[in-house]
Amino acid sequence: MNFTLRIWRQKNAAAKGGMVTYSVRGVCADSSFFEMLDTLNQQLVDEGAEPVCFDHDCREGICGTCSLYINGRPHGPVKGVTTCQLHMRSFADGDTINIEPWRAKAFPIVRDLIVDRSALDRINQAGGYVSVNSGGVPDANAIAVRKADSDAAFDAAACIGCGACVAACANAAAMLFIGAKVSHLALLPQGKVEARERVLTMVECMDGLGFGGCSNTYACEAECPKGISVANIAMLNREFLSSAIRKDKAKPFSGGF
Amino acid sequence: MLLSSSIAGKVLMALAGLFLAMFLLVHLGINLLLLSSDGGVAFTAAAEFMATNPIIKIAEPVLFGGFLLHIAFGMMVSGQNRAARPVRYQESNSSETSLFSKYMFHTGIVVFLFLAMHMADFYLIKLGFIAPPEGIGQHDFYHRAMLLFSNPWYSGFYALSFLVLGFHLNHAIQSAFQTLGLNHSRYTPALKVAGSAYAIIITVGFSLIPLWIAFSPLTRL
Repeated sequence: MNFTLRIWRQKNAAAKGGMVTYSVRGVCADSSFFEMLDTLNQQLVDEGAEPVCFDHDCREGICGTCSLYINGRPHGPVKGVTTCQLHMRSFADGDTINIEPWRAKAFPIVRDLIVDRSALDRINQAGGYVSVNSGGVPDANAIAVRKADSDAAFDAAACIGCGACVAACANAAAMLFIGAKVSHLALLPQGKVEARERVLTMVECMDGLGFGGCSNTYACEAECPKGISVANIAMLNREFLSSAIRKDKAKPFSGGF
Repeated sequence: MLLSSSIAGKVLMALAGLFLAMFLLVHLGINLLLLSSDGGVAFTAAAEFMATNPIIKIAEPVLFGGFLLHIAFGMMVSGQNRAARPVRYQESNSSETSLFSKYMFHTGIVVFLFLAMHMADFYLIKLGFIAPPEGIGQHDFYHRAMLLFSNPWYSGFYALSFLVLGFHLNHAIQSAFQTLGLNHSRYTPALKVAGSAYAIIITVGFSLIPLWIAFSPLTRL
């Protein structure tokens, strides 16, 4: 298969970027999107040109490292997959494919298609954990959890933190990401202990990082490679409101136990 | 902390929006009296009740507050949202979303402009800031409405504005509940249908009145 690629090239964070057109030939229909880009980069290296920089790691859809805004959609045209699991058979021979980095104030471009998504890590650092002493592995059935809650928590925990929700959102909001993190922990007994403080500190952190707000277009849910539901955003709102209203006058949270 | 957060702003906007949505139903109920062929007796009585009832007198500033809150937070949130993506994509987003959910700000602006015209046409005349137009013997809301609605261009524009409001409301109701944290696997699908039905009732109900008055041969001033 042959493709025309229009790719965003930008030397560094400060440089002015632009779309550059490339042609890539002899791509196998069953190769992944990244194998196609590898083919392009080999062509560029052979020509003595700079290869295109893009993020990738596991290439099996579980690590959340890959990104790419392909033809107007994060992770491309196929529902429920990451870019590394997208295959060229999903395109027609001779197609022109637009490839852009994810755009958000909170995700500055590092180079070409690579953006800095550490803002999501900072939200997690603000409260997306449980403070427990590590030690021996507890019995799996020592704490009873309702099946419905464990299923919902597991669905939320499927978030790989790729940031497709932010990239798809008209407002570059991180609400599906933070909703998944807050729900996942608030649904389980281990996470409930710190649930009230967690949601307040995580939302405060998110607000300070330059993400937009949610206007309920649900583009995030449509593009999430792990199919995380916007019901998690409603749960985040619920958790936030009840925690903010019940918050004590003096700041009770000292950062741990 | 509570009020400065992005979620709290949207919750206030949602609450104000739901309050305005309830007000629209009351307004529609009274407006439908314009269609009765009693020469405006029922409509005028209802308008008189709304103008003199002490509870409504208290509700009036609350209503203005609701509009101001909804508009102010709408502007603020939209501004913050635009700022969150300073460099736009080259290719516009083609993710699956409901068509109108992305245009709440734009439809809101149209509704705001309509509201400004509506206030000038009815409320400012009631307060005496604007002199009533020539050509009507008796000045009250009934005759004012009949005069305005007998102009097909005015009625067409009025109906068009309510079509845009309908698009706004179609997304608004379920969106407000989602913002308030109310999302349920059983009730949310039903709520979405109810929200769309509400939007259709408001659009059709409000549009029917001027269009009927402008285009029906049975209508007489």
